[in-house]
Amino acid sequence: MTPVQAVTALAASPLSAEVPARAQMATTLGFHIILACLGIALPTIVLIAEFVGLRRSNPVAMKLARRWSQAMGVLVAVGAVTGTVLSFEMGLLWPTLMRQYGEVLGLPFGIEGLFFFLEAIFTAIYLYGWRRLSGWAHWWSGVPIAISGIFGAMSVIAVNSWMNQPGGFTERGGRIVSVNPWQVYFNHAATYEMPHMVLAAYMVTGFVVAGIYAAGILRGRRDRYHYTGFAIGFVPAAILTPFQIFIGDTAARAVAQDQPVKFAAMEYVTQTSRKVPEWLGGVYVNGHIYGGLKIPYMDSLLVGFSPNTEVIGWDSVPAAERPPVVWLIHLCFDVMVGLGFLLLLAGLWAAYTWWRKRRLPSQRLFWLLGAVSGLAAIGAMECGWVVTEVGRQPWVVYRRLTTTDAATTNGGVLTSLSLIIVVYALLAVATILILRMLARRWRRSDLREATVLDGAAARPQEQAATRAGARWPR
Amino acid sequence: MATLIGAILLASITLYAVLGGADFGGGLWDLLAGTTARGRMPRALIDESITPVWETNHVWLIFDLVIFWTAFPHAFAAVMTALALPLWLALGGIVLRGAGFAFRKEITRLSLQRAAGATFAFSSLLTPFFMGTVIGAIATGRVPADATHASLSAWTSPTSVLIGFLFVSACGYLAAVYLAGEAERRSDRCLQTYFTRRAQAAAVVAGALSLAALVELHGSNRAMFDRLTGRSLSLVILAGVCGLGVLALLATGRRIVARVVAALGVAAVVWGWGVAQYPVLLPGTSVTLTNAGAPNSTLIALVALVVLVAVLVGPSLVLLFTLQGRRLLEAGEGGPWSVNGPTGQTQPPRTPLQPPRPAGKPPGLLALVAVAALVRRRQRR
Ligand code: HDD
Ligand code: HEM
Ligand code: HEM
Repeated sequence: MTPVQAVTALAASPLSAEVPARAQMATTLGFHIILACLGIALPTIVLIAEFVGLRRSNPVAMKLARRWSQAMGVLVAVGAVTGTVLSFEMGLLWPTLMRQYGEVLGLPFGIEGLFFFLEAIFTAIYLYGWRRLSGWAHWWSGVPIAISGIFGAMSVIAVNSWMNQPGGFTERGGRIVSVNPWQVYFNHAATYEMPHMVLAAYMVTGFVVAGIYAAGILRGRRDRYHYTGFAIGFVPAAILTPFQIFIGDTAARAVAQDQPVKFAAMEYVTQTSRKVPEWLGGVYVNGHIYGGLKIPYMDSLLVGFSPNTEVIGWDSVPAAERPPVVWLIHLCFDVMVGLGFLLLLAGLWAAYTWWRKRRLPSQRLFWLLGAVSGLAAIGAMECGWVVTEVGRQPWVVYRRLTTTDAATTNGGVLTSLSLIIVVYALLAVATILILRMLARRWRRSDLREATVLDGAAARPQEQAATRAGARWPR
Repeated sequence: MATLIGAILLASITLYAVLGGADFGGGLWDLLAGTTARGRMPRALIDESITPVWETNHVWLIFDLVIFWTAFPHAFAAVMTALALPLWLALGGIVLRGAGFAFRKEITRLSLQRAAGATFAFSSLLTPFFMGTVIGAIATGRVPADATHASLSAWTSPTSVLIGFLFVSACGYLAAVYLAGEAERRSDRCLQTYFTRRAQAAAVVAGALSLAALVELHGSNRAMFDRLTGRSLSLVILAGVCGLGVLALLATGRRIVARVVAALGVAAVVWGWGVAQYPVLLPGTSVTLTNAGAPNSTLIALVALVVLVAVLVGPSLVLLFTLQGRRLLEAGEGGPWSVNGPTGQTQPPRTPLQPPRPAGKPPGLLALVAVAALVRRRQRR
């Protein structure tokens, strides 16, 4: 067989559909979720900036709000198209899932649709209303975006958490005979997944914004503009971090109860037992854990506040019902928790310095931490999703439908996967380049403004005031 | 109950067709607008008219999909499996179009701007064409109820391909009629004639394609033809009358009314198809509105959701279109808090130069009241 024949044969083979379908779902979701986070929380951050700008007549905050909303226009468009891909994929990649449970999981998606409408409408009014709507009217037109972002996120997460803890319907003879929308929406896992995800969105957005300005400050752009941009992103995100860790801890305990096999994979619990140790790091291969730090009793303590707590291991189910690649699940969980604490540290550092000295820390290390905080938050969020999704395997709907059965019987998924990877790579590069181009344009216009001001020798006082204002008060 | 949901689905498909379809048609005219210099004015008008609304119009598609899979999951799975290829291609068009459109606006270098614009314009054709073949395949009964594999022949029949071209021309037709009205509002004589002429041409092409599709159906799918000319006859006639009416209205210069009539004509086509099929969901199979999967409780919940959408989204949409109609929504910077100064030098001015008016009190106030009322209604819920 020539390579070309081999590729076409593989692409057309129905047996090969499941693995590329999963890879494709993971790629497209992993990409969309970053834009979704920005779509959920960036409007709030922009509104905070505009609020400061209006309330305190702060031109710097106002300028930031306008600029961020310009970037938001690009991000929202990319979020919308990548989200549309997901909607199609639900049917194109997982027809059996939709065939069997479309009438159940469709309802939260419908509610999501309602909020998408509101989000899209008010986003348009907000983004294109800067010129003609007067100050506070414009501000209020942004409020529905922020609200519908949160409710929209809750609705998609209702679907995902329902896949983890399916309920709220009666099945008879392979057909759904009745559905209780309320119980579908507020299923067992929704109570922690919804707040965890909404907070994650705010953390990702806040830290990404902060990270961009921290990077600028590290490069010596130590002006009022950069410090304000940093603070408007960093402060809300840092405040939310401890709550996020608390909810994550609750989530872990709920997973130990409701999805014990996933939990066993997260914590390397090979056998159901008491006095289970906690593993930090380490790679599990063929029954051995290489590397890693073992803390005796800790896992039992975390699950039930006593070393004698029994933790269910993955030996409780046959091998076919265990998730694959447990080390990936475990390491992703550790990375998420680790990054969560790293971000907490950054927030505490800033809070301590503020409490003591009424200013932001001046150490270079803090600003380095700030600069990577956005990437760290995205990393934690992506790792959390790997834990949730891969940990649920082999089920797509927990204990009801396997991923294999749900996948399409069509060939050609390998082809669509390859194309998607190429298109998304281009999309990512183009988005980043365009945002950088915007930033460069803004910087140029700031420089131009500064030279104009310098040239305006007729108003020396104002000029001096601007100069003073351009320094962070230390 | 299932019939009601069927009607709701058809109604939201209609809205996608008349609103989203025009956005795709804008891409067609962008593509045909010629060189950068020659096409500058029409492209600016297309851009300005689509920018604030395309995302909202696009959500109708999402909503259609969700209603389809929630209310009729079995039919949904069959369509998604059998027609996977044209659906992937239509999706590709959506991704490239949205990205190309959004990027073009922010790019200042001319060559890149051209590339993004070409992507936008070209991919605007893909989606309507392949959506048309999908609808054609469903209407001509080529989707088996228990489809396990994608089928090429299902959507490449002459009827399906004709319907694909019909969709493209209908999108172009709608867009040109809307844009002619938009130009009239701006009292831009030049663009007014420009788009009127194109609307007339597209109307003729779309009419010819509809007739061709009917003739083709007569030969290949007699049952569907009989229902279209039987039960749906009045709607088919209405569509024809609307088409002629638009031609007459355009000829007499009543472009704003022509927009409504054009939309009505397209709606009549969609409903003609729906009524002809009723109550069968996948013609040629036994899948009907009532046995395609969902239990009654799901359908009731869906109806409740649709009522909620009507109550919340309806007024918001009115607000959006009113603001756009009054030209209170504009892309770009400027105004009292101008941050950017003139953007890159290569970018031609998008709008005929207007002095940046300070936000007029009455419209500003109006918007504030409307938004506040909406917010309050949401909170009361
Ligand atoms: C900024 C992001 C972020 C941060 C700092 C954390 N998480 Fe998280 N975590 C997520 C973002 C996230 C997520 C991506 O949003 C997930 C995926 C599914 C979900 O609902 O949230 C998630 C899932 C998730 C799950 C799996 C839930 C399930 O499978 O049903 C657990 C057990 C935790 N998290 C626990 C934690 C703990 C103990 C943290 C302590 C530091 C933590 N998370 C920090
Ligand atoms: C938005 C953030 C999400 C991310 C990053 C994410 C990530 C992933 C990953 C990594 C996989 C592959 C699992 C594997 O390789 O075994 C996957 C599969 C899947 N995810 Fe998610 N997921 C997310 C949310 C959702 C949501 C909200 C849904 C709701 C329908 C969903 C539905 C699925 C389905 C159907 C699969 C395929 C079946 C499976 O492998 O479990 N995901 N996702
Ligand atoms: C945790 C998972 C997800 C979250 C939190 C989420 C959230 C969001 C948000 C906030 C937006 C608006 C983004 C913007 O316009 O900037 C968006 C867009 C979209 N999402 Fe997701 N999403 C998730 C996963 C999914 C999944 C699994 C699907 C579909 C199966 C989906 C479908 C869509 C669609 C269709 C859009 C475009 C709507 C529009 O036209 O504006 N999303 N998503």
